[in-house]
Amino acid sequence: MLHIGQGQLPLLLFPAKAEVLPEPLGVVLIFASWNFPISLALDPLIGAISAGNTVVVKPSELAPACSSFLARIVPLYLDNKAIKVVEGGSDVAEKLLEQKWEKIFFTGSPRVGRIIMSAAAKHLTPVTLELGGKCPIILDSLSGSDLKVTVKRISGGKWGACAGQACIGIDYVLVQRKLAPVLVELLQKCIKTFYGENIKNLNSICKIVNKNHFERVCNLLEDPGVAASIVYGGSFDKQNLLIEPTILLDPPLDAAIMTEEIFGPLLPIITLNDVEESIEFINARPNPLAIYVFTKNKTFKEKLLQETSSGSVIFNDTMIQFICDGLPFGGVGQSGFGRYHGKYSFDTFSHEKAILQRSFFLELEPRYPPWNGFKLEFIRLAYNFDYIGLLLLLLGLRRRYTSRTVI
Amino acid sequence: MVVDVAEVVTELKATYTSGKTKSYEWRESQLKALIKMANDHEKEIIEALRSDLNKPEFEAFVHEISTVKSSCKLALKELRRWMSPEKAKTSSTTFPSSAEIVSEPLGVILIISTWNYPFLLSLDPVVGAIAAGNAVVLKPSEIAPATSLLLSKLLGEYMDSSAVKVVEGAVPETTALLEQNWDKIFYTGNGKVGRIVLAAAAKHLTPVILELGGKSPVVVDENINLEVATRRVIGGKWASNCGQTCVSPDYVITTKAFASKLIDALISELEKFYGNEPLKSLDLSRIVNSSHFNRLTKLMDDEKVFGKIVHGGQQDKTNLRIAPTILLDVPEDSMIMNEEIFGPLLPIITVDKIEDSINVIHAREKPLAAYLFTNDKKLMDEFVGSVSAGGLCINDTTLHLAESSLPFGGIGGSGMGSYHGKFSFDAFSHKKAVLRRSFAGDISARYPPYTTRKLQLLKALLNGSILGILRALFGW
Repeated sequence: MLHIGQGQLPLLLFPAKAEVLPEPLGVVLIFASWNFPISLALDPLIGAISAGNTVVVKPSELAPACSSFLARIVPLYLDNKAIKVVEGGSDVAEKLLEQKWEKIFFTGSPRVGRIIMSAAAKHLTPVTLELGGKCPIILDSLSGSDLKVTVKRISGGKWGACAGQACIGIDYVLVQRKLAPVLVELLQKCIKTFYGENIKNLNSICKIVNKNHFERVCNLLEDPGVAASIVYGGSFDKQNLLIEPTILLDPPLDAAIMTEEIFGPLLPIITLNDVEESIEFINARPNPLAIYVFTKNKTFKEKLLQETSSGSVIFNDTMIQFICDGLPFGGVGQSGFGRYHGKYSFDTFSHEKAILQRSFFLELEPRYPPWNGFKLEFIRLAYNFDYIGLLLLLLGLRRRYTSRTVI
Repeated sequence: MVVDVAEVVTELKATYTSGKTKSYEWRESQLKALIKMANDHEKEIIEALRSDLNKPEFEAFVHEISTVKSSCKLALKELRRWMSPEKAKTSSTTFPSSAEIVSEPLGVILIISTWNYPFLLSLDPVVGAIAAGNAVVLKPSEIAPATSLLLSKLLGEYMDSSAVKVVEGAVPETTALLEQNWDKIFYTGNGKVGRIVLAAAAKHLTPVILELGGKSPVVVDENINLEVATRRVIGGKWASNCGQTCVSPDYVITTKAFASKLIDALISELEKFYGNEPLKSLDLSRIVNSSHFNRLTKLMDDEKVFGKIVHGGQQDKTNLRIAPTILLDVPEDSMIMNEEIFGPLLPIITVDKIEDSINVIHAREKPLAAYLFTNDKKLMDEFVGSVSAGGLCINDTTLHLAESSLPFGGIGGSGMGSYHGKFSFDAFSHKKAVLRRSFAGDISARYPPYTTRKLQLLKALLNGSILGILRALFGW
């Protein structure tokens, strides 16, 4: 509940009561992506339901087992007059987009994000777009146990999150040149411990979702300059759609692997003269969904925060912002707009309705025409909070301002 | 003179990248410059508004100049607080950690303004964009040419023109502007153009705020102070740019029993306000141009509607003036009841019981505002709970816009996003999430190879269950 006086309403318009009431938007549409097919369908659904809306969820057809699971199980537990799961591919998506929704929530690629937003424009439907981008790791000089923990967090964050197929997934690493050899060595050891010695013994890691994406990721390694920069891994198992954790050292910056979102288990390491150069490197590229910075240098932390723009910044860890409900989760620029998680989910699916309540008594005459010099001066003084002036005016001790409007 | 908009955007992006607009000092200097500009040139601003709309000096001062200055003053007062990071809650799942939300500017903003409050609706969003540290292009409406020209001249003189620019023009210039890649677009106007803006923004994934309009209903109950209520309806309708206001009461709903009393009260107060020759009153704005004049007369002259006029109806084509006009029970399917009127015509729809008015409202698109005059708490609660609109005002009209602690924006056909007060700052900011973790206390259960024990431990940690954690640790 807000009080008049906090705002700029002169006290002359007292008494009044102001408040903001959240209300549901109506019928909302949620598009889920295939990489975290259960949580990216249900997490927004939780927000939509808690805000009081009715919902259609369209899971991704690229994760068919999860899609059919949701279509089968959700109606058994939730009110299926208000919550529906609609399965299908792009033809179904197109039909859904022809309808009028009160809000559309989309998780996916910028390309499809444009299509969704264009369709929404026809009905003036607001949208939230959770997209992606090339999320970099900046690695400052660390050593000892700090470096060991860092390497674990990088390995776990990169390959342990759907084999790199994550919107906030680590895309590439920026590190000072002289630290690169140590980093590569520690990463190799860590990969072997976490995921297995080689492609034949690969375990604890997701596969690539389908043949299309498998070929897309493998093609990133086709460029001879890129292939030459592989320092670990690079093997794949076409039958099982597995690609082993792969590290590259300074692939060409204009190759696709460094201009497109990788969305796979390839980790380019880009070396710089100085870690501070990472800021310029990141700013030359589209805003990512997340920036991960491993450093103990307070000055560098603040500089990076001030001088780069991203959905979020995480210091000394990876991926974990996803489970911090006190923080809004969303992008900026090409990584999207809108946000959710925690209360932000509720807000994203709500309309904040402004309400002002006035009473009938204490009427203010000068509000109304016909206006004259006296009234105009009165209001002018009131809006300037000049109560002494007002008193003088009322006592006839102040010169009146005169002017007339003319046709 | 055709402005190369691509060049304008390139220049502003370069200014923004230099970091100049991010500093507190820059933002403060620009806000102060706006106040000085409004003070130094108050007379010219009033003149321009008189020329564009025949807007009475009172309206020009209270609705436009004073409001812009208030917005600047509030921003100046609160800016440090608004700019400082906000602490966010962390829980055991990310322990140990600290979290905060940092406000940062978006970059280069396009603000497309409109003609009815051409000074206010150009500068109020600019205040928000600047306070949030952005560079701005303002495109004023060509339908208010004197104000557009004045804004171009004054902003050029008073503001940092490497970061704040005015591009004047009409459809070709607006189209060219919409093709550029902006970090946000803020549009005030109608739904038709709103769709065009949104479609253009979609190509660049640019977020948008649309401040549109709608048919804002006023429900008038019995057992109220009728004199005060009618004045407030008149204040929001005819004394607000002759009804050409996005939140003007568009139509009234009242009971069949009360209608004639209400009409009598309206007629009586209208005469006190505007005399018995309202077309000659100096306190009434004119219709902005002949296109809108023709649109309004067409609504009135419609054969289904003409006979329902109970007061007013006089027109002066030469001077683009229409007298305050009241109509009673026009057909539901008439044009006047299916388009936003945006003029001095007030249809009154009657219902049997006042509660039925809520159904009348629900049958239409969600409006930007909805009003209720009543002393009946039950009706008030039902109205507030079930009428969906951008904003509601009980026992008054339009005033909720003046309270800067309330967000101003629409829903559904009346728009998306909001501004005013801190909401303006937020509208033009990116709220960046920041999570700080330490190297200590690393939990190996996070990492592969995954075992049942690790899974149990993690489950317990994520559920915050102490017992579960102990069980997992001790293998129970």
